[in-house]
Amino acid sequence: MAASETQTPATPANAAATSSARARAADFIVKRHYLQWWEALPWVLIIAAYFIFPDRMTFGTQVLIGIMFALSLDLILGYAGIVTLGHALFFGIGAYTVALLTARWGWGEPISSMLIAIVLSAVAGLITGWFLLRYRGLTLLMLTLAAAILVQEAGNYRSDITGGYDGVPGMEIGKLFGIFENDLYGRNYYIYVGVLLFIVWYVLRRIVYSPYGAALTGIRENVRRMYAIGSPVHRRLVTAYTIAAGIAGMAGALFAQSTAYATLGVFDFDNSAKVMVMLILGGTGRLYGAFIGATVYLVLEDDLSKLSPTFWQFGIGLLLVLTVLFARRGLLGLIEDALKYIRRGAKS
Amino acid sequence: MSASAIVSILFDGLAYAMVLFIISVGLSITMGLMGFVNLAHGAFAMAGGYLVVTLTRSWGVPFLPSLLIAGVVVGAASIPFERLLYSRLYKATELDQVLLTIGLAFMAIASYTYFYGPAPLTVPLPSFLTGQIDIGVRTVPTYRAFTIVVGAVLIALLWYGFERTNIGAKIRAAVDNRRMAQSVGINVDRLFTLTFALGSGLAAFGGGLAIQTFGLTPSFAVLYLVFFLIIVSVGGLGSLKGTLIASILLGVFDIGGKYLYSDAGGFFIYVFTVLVLLIKPAGLYGRE
Repeated sequence: MAASETQTPATPANAAATSSARARAADFIVKRHYLQWWEALPWVLIIAAYFIFPDRMTFGTQVLIGIMFALSLDLILGYAGIVTLGHALFFGIGAYTVALLTARWGWGEPISSMLIAIVLSAVAGLITGWFLLRYRGLTLLMLTLAAAILVQEAGNYRSDITGGYDGVPGMEIGKLFGIFENDLYGRNYYIYVGVLLFIVWYVLRRIVYSPYGAALTGIRENVRRMYAIGSPVHRRLVTAYTIAAGIAGMAGALFAQSTAYATLGVFDFDNSAKVMVMLILGGTGRLYGAFIGATVYLVLEDDLSKLSPTFWQFGIGLLLVLTVLFARRGLLGLIEDALKYIRRGAKS
Repeated sequence: MSASAIVSILFDGLAYAMVLFIISVGLSITMGLMGFVNLAHGAFAMAGGYLVVTLTRSWGVPFLPSLLIAGVVVGAASIPFERLLYSRLYKATELDQVLLTIGLAFMAIASYTYFYGPAPLTVPLPSFLTGQIDIGVRTVPTYRAFTIVVGAVLIALLWYGFERTNIGAKIRAAVDNRRMAQSVGINVDRLFTLTFALGSGLAAFGGGLAIQTFGLTPSFAVLYLVFFLIIVSVGGLGSLKGTLIASILLGVFDIGGKYLYSDAGGFFIYVFTVLVLLIKPAGLYGRE
């Protein structure tokens, strides 16, 4: 901006344009974290869904869990730019913590076991992140992938404890707050997961608009410059990875509790790929991509895979290819473009 | 552990390693050349496997010619993919490349499930490849001996092509320093199309060879992809020697681990991979 000032002659018109651009930039920086009216939309829809589809709340709960899982990936993939193929590791650790506590030690109290799951998966994120986030590119992809498979294989080795691919038998989840049971329609869990999702969203929103979040975006955009200005890159990445791991673990724990079910399949590469597809489909680095992506993905999956699983798999592959080639910013990006186009049309 | 057990672990491991090498080597070169993360590589191997099944079963082509035909046809068919899809993303981020190629792999799995069904398929082998053969120390399955011989021949051919021909020198130059290679007038784009086709063709050939060892289902495209990627990253991108050594290590480790500690299954391989990559992030023979 300083360069353009010195190069262009200081005509009054130019000066006015520069100062108004500056004012707009300053305005943007000051106000970008303000809540906008449309940010209430997902929550209105989530509440509305409770009343519109009262008998589909079991599925609704899975959508909310999917959103939470995708949100956790958005923090590291969308904001910090860490490409991982093993995010299911933390989802799986969360699910297994709850499953093993419940089935093996009779610790069925859902909230405390979820908190333990969050702590354990965050610790796993801290440890693996500390080692792995020194690497980039293919090496990082392979290490995250191998880490998830490693845990899966270890679980398979001790299938006497984990139940292997058949799952942990006999999970008896306790009542929420000792009062609310997981009823047949899953309504209580929908509300419970919805409230937790709101807390997660709020915390993540605070994080990404904080100076720390700006540093993460800086690392994504230009890691060399961040090193040059003395930003502790590795520590910041590990912190983000740990937070994301904890949230993914929370999603896993809620998954195990709401379905009373966990198998080693949760660690599958498919699961890591699925959450990534959800996020990409919605749009990365913007929090709301996770909401749109997970909802669209899971609703389509639910409808189409009943029709034909093969057809669904082909569709999701095609969707991915088209997204990468033509809509790199996801569905949200498309919506933004459409809105911009309409506004421009209205002005002219 | 008896001597005979050691021999059979080494022998089976080596036969396994040859199949892994033939499929992975193309991936290693294309990744080394363009830095392109190609998760659809397994899909080309799978396509080769299914083509061999169709040729032998429906068209009555003998096994050996159909391996070669599969290699050539899939190699040629991979060129449009490279030109139309892959080439758009050479400068894109790894994430984009991963997503595009996962998408392609999913589509391939779904298409092959649609046409061939999800059940595992087998291929009729000629009589001289079935049964046992005496190699002096003990008798071994003929097919495994055959795999090792084929692998050795291909390694010799690839080594010659890489180290002794003009085009091999160009590929090595481009892997080492792509910009410099372009500056001295090497058409790296065309070179890449060529190596991509060669790599996919080899993968298809290996896919046909692998039916007997791995079994052939549509999930082949993703199931063994992790192995191919491990070999490529442990061996080092674009290194023929690294790919070979990583294939042998992985083949022998995997077979040995499964013979001796069947419960732990593939655990050893992943521990080994993580350790190698933590110590040498660019792989055993990769450039730092």
